[in-house]
Order: sequence, then structure tokens, then C-alpha cells
Amino acid sequence: MTVTEDAPATAGVIGQRLLRREDPALLTGESKFTGDLSVPGALHLALVRSPYAHARITRIDTTAAAALPGVVAIYTGGDLADAWAAPMPCAWPVTADMKNPPHHPLATAKVCYVGDGVAAVLARSESEARDAVEAVEVDYDPLPAVTDLDDALADRVVIHDDLGTNKSYTWALKVEGSDGQVDQAFRDAAFTVSERYVQQRLIPMAMEPRAVVAVPQPFGGDITLYSATQIPHILKLMTAVTLGIPEHQVRVVAPAVGGGFGSKLNVYAEELLCMALARRHHVPVRWTESRTENAQATIQGRGQIQRIELAADADGKLTALRVRLLCDMGAYLQLVTPGIPLLGAFLYAGVYDLPAAYDFECTSVFTTMTPTDAYRGAGRPEATYAIERAMDALAAKVGVDPLELRRRNFIATDAYPYTAWSGLTYDSGDHDAAATKAAGLVGYDALRERQRTQNVAGATKRLGIGVSSYFEMCGLAPSRVLASLSYAAGGWEAATVRVLPTSKVQVVTGTAPHGQGHETAWSMIVADKLGISPDDVDVLHSDTAISPIGLDTYGSRSLPVGGVAIAMACDKVIDKAAQIAAHQLEASADDLEFAGGAFTVKGSPDKTMPLAGIAWEAFSAHNLPDGLEPNLEASVTYDPPNFSWPFGTHMCVVEVDTETGGVDVLQYAAVDDCGVQVNPLIVDGQVHGGVVQGLAQALFEEAVYDSDGNLKTSTMADYLVPAASDVPAITLDHTVTPSPTNQLGVKGVGEAGTIGAAPAVINAIVDALAGLGVRDVPMPASPLHVFNVIRAAQGGQS
Amino acid sequence: MIPAAFDYVRAGSAEEAISLLGEHGDDAKLLAGGHSLLPLMKLRLAQPSVLIDIGRLSDLSYIRDAGDHIAIGALTRHRDVETSDVLAEHAPLLAHAASHVGDPQVRHRGTIGGSIAHADPASDLPATTLALGATYVAQGSNGTREIAAADFYESFLTSALADDELLTEIRVPKMQGAGWGFQKFNRRAQDWAIVGVAAWRRDGQAGVGLVNMGSTPILATSVAAALAGGASIDDAAEQAVAEADPQADLNASVEYRTHLAKVLTRRALEAASG
Repeated sequence: MTVTEDAPATAGVIGQRLLRREDPALLTGESKFTGDLSVPGALHLALVRSPYAHARITRIDTTAAAALPGVVAIYTGGDLADAWAAPMPCAWPVTADMKNPPHHPLATAKVCYVGDGVAAVLARSESEARDAVEAVEVDYDPLPAVTDLDDALADRVVIHDDLGTNKSYTWALKVEGSDGQVDQAFRDAAFTVSERYVQQRLIPMAMEPRAVVAVPQPFGGDITLYSATQIPHILKLMTAVTLGIPEHQVRVVAPAVGGGFGSKLNVYAEELLCMALARRHHVPVRWTESRTENAQATIQGRGQIQRIELAADADGKLTALRVRLLCDMGAYLQLVTPGIPLLGAFLYAGVYDLPAAYDFECTSVFTTMTPTDAYRGAGRPEATYAIERAMDALAAKVGVDPLELRRRNFIATDAYPYTAWSGLTYDSGDHDAAATKAAGLVGYDALRERQRTQNVAGATKRLGIGVSSYFEMCGLAPSRVLASLSYAAGGWEAATVRVLPTSKVQVVTGTAPHGQGHETAWSMIVADKLGISPDDVDVLHSDTAISPIGLDTYGSRSLPVGGVAIAMACDKVIDKAAQIAAHQLEASADDLEFAGGAFTVKGSPDKTMPLAGIAWEAFSAHNLPDGLEPNLEASVTYDPPNFSWPFGTHMCVVEVDTETGGVDVLQYAAVDDCGVQVNPLIVDGQVHGGVVQGLAQALFEEAVYDSDGNLKTSTMADYLVPAASDVPAITLDHTVTPSPTNQLGVKGVGEAGTIGAAPAVINAIVDALAGLGVRDVPMPASPLHVFNVIRAAQGGQS
Repeated sequence: MIPAAFDYVRAGSAEEAISLLGEHGDDAKLLAGGHSLLPLMKLRLAQPSVLIDIGRLSDLSYIRDAGDHIAIGALTRHRDVETSDVLAEHAPLLAHAASHVGDPQVRHRGTIGGSIAHADPASDLPATTLALGATYVAQGSNGTREIAAADFYESFLTSALADDELLTEIRVPKMQGAGWGFQKFNRRAQDWAIVGVAAWRRDGQAGVGLVNMGSTPILATSVAAALAGGASIDDAAEQAVAEADPQADLNASVEYRTHLAKVLTRRALEAASG
């Protein structure tokens, strides 16, 4: 039995804290990840990678390596030039004039970041492949690295010669009620703030690194790609196009996948190399990423310099907002690299009521570092960080408590659904309720009192309280909105619900879980709709042979798009079942009630037919209404009419040791509203993990590059992913404001914690140190950084 | 993360390990807990051609009261040092320092002898045993010798052990009720210290060892001398870096590391005096 609370398994399944059905297999090691697959005869791929950030390749000598035991073949970029029908894909050409350098799985003339692939070794074992990598001789003519974004923009060193510039694009979003309103508002403002923040690069570090197995069929050209990916469906399409294989001959399977956080939302060189070499050698080819490769050759996240300016009236009410971003694309554009800043472009006004006076512009540049792309939140944590930090700066100028300033600016609850300055409609919200609840959890007023007595001159332990109220614009997405942003694909999701003859149910979904618990949650939706037990629902996913269409899992989209599609398919199943029941019970379908998994004629409780009986009738097809197709199955492809807009308030309480710069997180409270919760246990897990990742950006993690473009944090000893002992207890609570957009009332929740956390933590640290004159601390707020800002504020050396 | 190819030999006795060391010279590495060596090998920063496994020499795992000192076998795990009743009574500073090494998995595999022989200035136990005035016992083909901790650490990851010598025992003088303090400052619990300080005081005497303040563990003799001369804790702590040679890394500038050493020395001495 999987129920953790006393509640019948067949009534009101939605809302129960069911244990995840995925976990026993994961915890016992029964689940098979890509690297666990036993594939006899597979050759092992290993890559020779550039040790230089920027260099010309002058010579590659594979002679010695080729002679080593077990080595089957070694390929350079030039050797494989004919293997690619197209460059590696970028699906988000954000402007018509966006610069996108050709990018192939192996570099040819030049390498553009440390980790760029230079040669591919195929050997009979992984260790032989890696030994041979060390024996491949490559001569480089080093060129200057470009690691500073302003330096990149200056084109002192142009990375991609043919482009003639390091600038990829500038994209603007200016919305004004009347011409010049932004400038006028800044002129008329009682208060303005102008802040600069740096979003450091982050390494996603999924627990399972990437892994690939490509298995060609002996005849006919079909090929199956097993990959640790979030996007089997998109990957199928993109690998077919890039390799020039008919799409129907490619099958992609994502076995158990150990986390992605956006890093597995991509089409990678190793996937294409395994497929190309498997076809060339007519044997399976596999590759498993090392942790250092994971740091160097999997996409990184964030990487922005943000300027945000707020204008406000005498009460601190926002009147205009201006944002300028300089964004780090890294060496090449990966699948959705250029679109990441756009995903945040609509959120720089946060949860606040802003007139149509919004001026956003981002410029993106190439650097000689690992490409960036989607990382949990993707543009939205960056936006939320900027507005929430700037709101604290504004509160200090206005002279009001940061929470009070937020309350003055919150979009009013009765204004929902709320049409924003952008024209987007926010579905539902109650920001004051979430903020009030969070304040209660930490004891906000008492903490402010304690702060007055604790943060006296000379105090070495200073108390700080940080507030962050956020929106998560998610559930990607209405396809037409994506079109307006120049994204190449849509945002719909597909679902099939199939009632088997014995009334067990199979669900086929186009979502691709990699740790989220979709099997549990989707079975609960179906159980709730059909009045059966979740144990009687099987969920099939992540195999393009089973689910031929789908748009996969990212952007907190799976529940508000894919889950809703499943609910809609259930409705179609119920409609068809009603026709069969009406026929069998000799009643009109309109006179039937469906409850508890059975149809009953209204007013005649003895005239009833359970779904089980209907399923058999649908299967045997002996006695169906005229013209009705046999079998009980329905499919829906659902394109949501709107994003979903989860929101909430996080509060963080810290004590800063002014002697050491150490930050101790005393309390962390998160109040999140993701509408109706299908499984609150899973919601809690998503928020816990998200908060830890946001807190990690605030306090621990940074992909550090030196001025030569070397990644200095390429192991987990240097890249500080926090462990359980390094994060505080997190107090969770929720408000529930159902989304009116979909029948389940649900919103996404996968990224909420990450979006809310970082500004709450940094606001708390700055709040603690405000009395010392500190106004900002760079992320991560390491003891060194905190020490330096205290020294600088006190007039010392930093 | 696959090491380069290597041969593996398991030693059945200390004598056999020493003989194997003599045979293979500096191509060989001793494998005890493996928690320093194996990560280096996986990153291919260390590529020994032979690993001599001494992990089963159980006669080198012990903690004994030897009169004026406690004798600790080199293969004693950190976890056993951490939880030893004998050490809790006679060398609580060492037991406490051992509880801060790495994480529980590391402490259940790593050994005190391995940590000391590796001579990592960022490790907790070299500086702590240095502060306590420990003596290390080395066994080689020519017999056994004692090396004072103060003479043991020569340079970065380099000790006074000869190529064919095996560290067999750590002798820690009894603390005889001395007050003590241990300060380990790091960003994650499992990490090496950015700066660490192990200190004790008794009857005008003191010992202070610094973690990660130079290319070797540092004995801060100037602090002890200042205290012996009657200086206040605050003033003595200002001498913390007199013997140190702090370097910059991702976690600390030289200035910050210097500052931290003074703050943490003061705090450790305050604890030792409380």
C-alpha cells in the first residue's frame, strides 16, 4: 500500500501525500541508468579535449594512440566532416540577425573553450579509450582567452573569425503607455535606485553525469539512442536532422535519469558522435561522462551582468523600470542558449504592480568558456534576484521596512486575473497572504526587535533578515507566445489514456521525468479522474517508440501542460465510457452519474455499471452502440492558453560573523503557492531541492575561470555543491490559489525554490551588514567575499 | 575518472611492505585508507606503477596507554581516534580534531598514519599532532627510528620518511589536563580547512598548530613564546603567522588567510583557557 495518510485510495486521490512509486527501485539500485545498460560488443568512446580556452589546432598525431591495446579507431574533426548533415542545433534564433557560429561535435581549425572536443577515440574498453586519449598528440597555437563580458563586447579578440564580432545579438522589450514614459517616470521619481549585479556561472552537477549508448540495427539503418536526457522527443528530431537520418529511423530512449536541472535539455556532441560512429562501425558505441567532463563539457548556467534601475513615487510605489543585461553565451550557442535571458525578460517587475513603463534590453556575447544554457529557473532566477535585491535597495532609500515596501507594491489579490504592462495575463495570486505567512513562520517582527539590540557597534555576530517574493512564469508554454519569441517549437504536450480489458490503465505521456516523480503524480491524476486506485495505473514515458510525440520536461511544464493533457484524455475516456454504459443500462448518457469508478442512472442506484465492466465491453465489442469504435482509449494534445504563475515569499535569517566573514543561516522559511497540489510530498521535495540550489548559488557555487580561460573548479572538491550538513532546516508552508487556466487548478513548481532562494539569502546578509555600510556582496557570498566587502565598507583594503 | 594502469600487491606484514617498498622504490605507493591517494590517481595526478596495500595489517591498528604518552598504530582509522576513551581522557584535542576530518565515510576509511605520511598542510591531524609535540615511529629496512613531529614535515606533501620506510606509530604525549581549543574554518563540513588551529595550554606552557597556513603544517612557536612571556591572548594571537607562509587560493587571499589565522588562534586559545 502506498498511502501514507488515512484516506481511501480511490476517493480524492489528488492532494494525498503518496510515497513515490519510483523510489524503491531507485533506492535499491534496481533502476537502470544509461551507464548501467549491458550492451554486448559496444565500443567505448572517449574524447580528446582542448586544454586551451582559445587556440588554433596546428597538428594532430594519432599514431602512437592508435597502436595502443584495444584501440579500434581515432577520428579528428576533419575525418568526420561528412558525418554531419547540419551543424549542432540552436532552436532559438532570438533575432533575425543573431550571430550563430557553425558548431560541430569535434572542433576542426580552432578550439574555443577548455573541454572543446578535438578527437574521438573508439576502443574496446573505457579504460583503453581513456589511456589512448592521453597518447593523442595535439599541437596548439594558443590565442588570447576572452573571459570578461565587457572585454568580449569590445571585440579586442574576436573568437569566431567569420562572424567578425563577439556579439551574438541584442534583444529589446520596451513597453510604454505613452512615448517616453520610462524616461519621464525617472525624471519625476521621488526615489530611484540603480544597481549592478553579477550572476556567476554555475555548473548544474546532476547526480548522474551524462551517458550515451547508440545501438544500430543490423539491417535497414534504424538506430536507437539511449541517453541520459530530459528531452527524448526533441533529441530524436534534432539528431535525425543533424545526422541526416530519416526521423522515423531514430528511436530515443531515456532510461532512469538522475537529474538534469536543464543541463540535459540539450543536444550534445557525444550523442551525435556515438550515433555517427555506431553507424560507421555497425556496432553499438557508448560513452559515460566523467565528473570533470561534466564540469567542462556540459552546459553551464547563469552568467549575466545585470543593471536594474527602479523609479518610484514618494510612497515607494514603482513607476518605471529599466534593465540592461550583458549575457555570457560561452563559446557556442547550444540548443536554447540565446533564449535564456528572454525567459526572464518579463519578470523584472516581479510580483509588483507596474505601469506600462518597462525598458528591457539584453546583449549577448561569446566568450572562450563552456557554452551556457538552461539551468533550473533559466532566466527567471536571474530576473527575480535583480528585482528583489533592488527592492531592498529601494526600501533603504525610501526608509521603510523591505516587507512593507513589497506590500505597497504587490499586485492586489482582487486584480486577478491581472493583465500586466506586457500584455501577459497573470492567472491568480495572493502575494500578501504568502508574505504574511512567511513572516509568521520566521517571527519577522520579533526578529526586527532582536536586530536592534544585537547589531550594535562592535558586534561580531550580526543578524540579518532577507525577504524575496517571486513569480515563476512557467508551464512552457502557449505555442503562439513561443512563436512571438522566435522559439522554433511549440509548447503543447500529448497524452494517451488507455483502459485495458481488465480495467487496468496505461498512460502514455510525452513528458520525460528525470527525478520528478511523474509516474506517481500522473497515476494519481488518472486515479482521481477515473475513480480507481493509483496502483492500477501504469505510466509509460521517455521512449519515442512508445510515445511518438511529446515535448519533454523542462520549465516546470510537465504538470500544468502534460498533467492537464492526461486529465483531458481521462475526460474523453469517461465520455466514451458513458456512451457504452448508457447503451448497456438502456439509459440516456445525460442521465448517468460517474462517481467512484462506476456509472449510475440518476435516481436508480441499482442501475449501475463499473468501469471494469465497460472496459471489457469496449474490448470484446460484442454489444457497443452503433458506430462506436471498440476499445476504451483517448488521446489529447494540449496547448495551454497561458503560462502558469506560481508565486510565494521566502525569508532567510542569517547571522554573519564579522571577524571571519562566515554566514550562518539560522532560519529559512518558504511559502510557495503552486495552486492545487497533486501530491504535496512531491511539492515539498521540489521546493526543498530548489531552495538548496538557490542557496547554493548564494553561498557556495561558482564556476571560476582564470584569465587564461582555465576552469579552476572542475572537481567536486573545488566546485562547492553543498551537502546535507551544509544547509539549514527549511520550514515549508503553502497557500493554495488555484490556477483558473486549467481544469486541475495546478501550476508548476519545479523551479520555484531556486527562483526564490538566492535573493532571500543575499538580502539577509546585506541586511545584517547594513549598519557597517555594506550595500552589496557578490555571489557566492563566500567568507572571503563577505570579509572583503566589510573591509571595503570600513575603508580598508578589500 | 579511471586511474592509469597499476599493479597491486597486498602486504602480509610490515616487514613485507618495507621489502616491497625497497624493491619498487618511488614507483610504489602505500595504500592504507586510500582517501588521499585514490582521488589523486583517479584524476591521474598520481600514477604510481605499484600499489602496496597495507590495509590488512591489523596489528598496526591500536590505541594504547604507554605511560607518559598514548601510542596510536598508524592504521588506526579516524573514527577510532575520534571515539577512543583513552584519547578522550589523555589527548582530547586529537580525538576532537579527528571528528572534523572529512565526512563520516572518510573517517571510517582514512587512517591517522596515512594522513600524517601524506603530509598535507591542509589536513587536520598533522598540525594537531605537531601542536601536541608528537613523535612518529618509522620502520625501514635498517630498523626503527623515532622522528619528532617538528622535524617530520619538510615541504609540500613531503616528509622525512625514506622511500623504504613505513610509518608505524604515532606517540602523543598525555595532555595532563591541559585546556585546549580546536578551530576549523571551512565552507562545507566535508572540506579541508581554509585555516585551522589546534591549541593547548597548561601551566604557562602552550602549543599551537596551524592547518593550511603554508607548504607544511605549521608550529606557531611565537604564539607559545609570547604566552610564556606573559602576553595576553589577544597579543599572542597577533603572532600567529610568524612562522607561517600563507598562500592564496580560491577560498582565501593571503591577507584574509592571515587575518583568519589570528582570529582563530585567539578563539582557540580562549577555549583552551576557559
